[in-house]
Amino acid sequence: MARNRATDGYLFKRDIGRVFVGIFTVILLFGLCFVILQPLLHQFSNSIMSQDDLFDRTVIAIPRYPTFANYRLAVELMDYWGSVLRSLGVTFGVALLQIAACTLVAYGFARFDFPLKRFWFACVILTIIVPPHIIRSALFLNFRFFDVFGMINLIRGDPLNLLDTLQGYLVLSATAMGLRNGLYIFMLRQYFRNMPKELEESAWVDGCGKLRTFIQIMLPDAVPIIISCFLFAFVWQWTDGFYSGMFLRHFNMMSLQMGSLGDMFITHYRMTAVGGEGMLNPPLATIEAIISTGVLMGIAPIIIIYLFAQRFFVESVGQSGIKM
Amino acid sequence: MGKGFFNMRRKNAISGYLFIAPFVLGFLAFMAYPLYQTFRMVFSTVSLDFANNEFAMRWIGIENINRAIRIDPFFVQYMTEELIAMALLVIPVIIFSLFVAILLNRKFPGRGFVRAVFFLPVILASGVMVGIETNNTLLAMVSDQIQEQNAMRANITGVVERLLSDQFGAGVGEEFIEYILEMINQIYAIAMASGIPIVIFLAGLQTINPSIYEAASIEGATGWENFWKITFPMISPMILVVVVYAIVDFMSRTDGQVMEMIDEQINLFRDFGYGSTIAVIYFLVIAIILAIVGLIISRLVYYYD
Repeated sequence: MARNRATDGYLFKRDIGRVFVGIFTVILLFGLCFVILQPLLHQFSNSIMSQDDLFDRTVIAIPRYPTFANYRLAVELMDYWGSVLRSLGVTFGVALLQIAACTLVAYGFARFDFPLKRFWFACVILTIIVPPHIIRSALFLNFRFFDVFGMINLIRGDPLNLLDTLQGYLVLSATAMGLRNGLYIFMLRQYFRNMPKELEESAWVDGCGKLRTFIQIMLPDAVPIIISCFLFAFVWQWTDGFYSGMFLRHFNMMSLQMGSLGDMFITHYRMTAVGGEGMLNPPLATIEAIISTGVLMGIAPIIIIYLFAQRFFVESVGQSGIKM
Repeated sequence: MGKGFFNMRRKNAISGYLFIAPFVLGFLAFMAYPLYQTFRMVFSTVSLDFANNEFAMRWIGIENINRAIRIDPFFVQYMTEELIAMALLVIPVIIFSLFVAILLNRKFPGRGFVRAVFFLPVILASGVMVGIETNNTLLAMVSDQIQEQNAMRANITGVVERLLSDQFGAGVGEEFIEYILEMINQIYAIAMASGIPIVIFLAGLQTINPSIYEAASIEGATGWENFWKITFPMISPMILVVVVYAIVDFMSRTDGQVMEMIDEQINLFRDFGYGSTIAVIYFLVIAIILAIVGLIISRLVYYYD
């Protein structure tokens, strides 16, 4: 108090200012959190509403007659468990392959000097900037008539059709050309670059080869960033529609099932509704409710991953020390 | 030294190329070559021959480009709309994410939670998740009507807009008010696009040496001065990164009008030539914008070390 009086109320004013700014910050940030979470909450409340609630204007967020009927229907329409299992398997494998390839490439860029290095790295940046949609027609045709410099044509007599086969996407993944792989190369390279040169040198002095240095010395140190990249690869692959639509249609990946659930439901409704000879359209609110349910169920696995591994996601982007 | 050094370097180069070999192969086969083909398709019609298992391109000159720019009634309009939407989104995203990053850089209870929530859109608003609600035959038809209805409904910003434009319309300029209000209406889209920018800014803020602030506060600098004289210059390299990121991210959204048009041409009409043409024009326009913006900002960027 004495100090406060001595400074003519400056300290007191400053404290009040700080408390005020603190309260303002917290209210603002939590408000914005609500803005981001609101669609999820809305989808959840929509998904547990019964028909009566959907058409009751007095029901806004909390249904009067909560039901899990939507969930049961969505499980049935999407073949949920089968789809989840297949998606988990395929996504896991593909992400693993992509990250293995990206780690190798990133290590090459970070720790070796070779001619045209800057050029090839510019190519990595190019793959980040060019969205695959741009070369979509060419990719489509190349995989429809897959041929490596005419070699397959020589052996088999005609080119392979790799569209809608897992092999097609495995080829892309193994050559670090899958979904956003340029970004992973960039992040991993940034990390490998910051490792001390002495590590490498002492390994060399002790007679350790290049590959062994990479596997035994560099790799164990980079495990956290590799896990981060793997998690990104996993969740982005999970929601991806572009490559899934091109190569993985026959797996009924979760992302594709979520996307077509609306139409599946409309067909289902027409088949089962009484009267109207299969031409009856379901009410829009009902479609929205079933889609909300499907989306929530579809993203449940990656939300669970995010809940447990949130740190890996958020910190990796900061760690990689992006600068231009 | 001479021979040994050379050997060492050559060995190094060979190992380096072995490590990046997957990328080199992949890039040549699945990026460079398709890019070349795409550019060729711009000047061709593509016909598929499933019986002989091959496809053929026939050179037709600039017909496709002509069609895109002069004949197609939608392409130029859609692209301009997209570019305007990009400007309307990218600028607020930068301001918003810098603001949030500065707030998040302070210590307060629940900080980890807030950070996790802000990063959530990076994971959830990707791929098919964008626009999934209207991604079926029935809702797609009526989605425009629903939007119109929502716009008609009296919302708070609508009321404020009417009040403000009545009061100050003549003085401040209606466009400016409309722009600000549009930003407020867009807050959800802005927050969704800010996940990675916020984290990048946060990382940048954490690299600033606290002793600089200490020295400034001893000299009697206020928070406002601190921001413009220390934080802003120190964070300016990150602004460049974020601008580039935001533009690329905006371009590769799958629910953009132009992207949907490309999808339609390729998937529905199997018109590979025209689909590639609009894709290439769209990409080149954005690449030019990216280059110009990057050049301007990199002039203004301040590097501490």
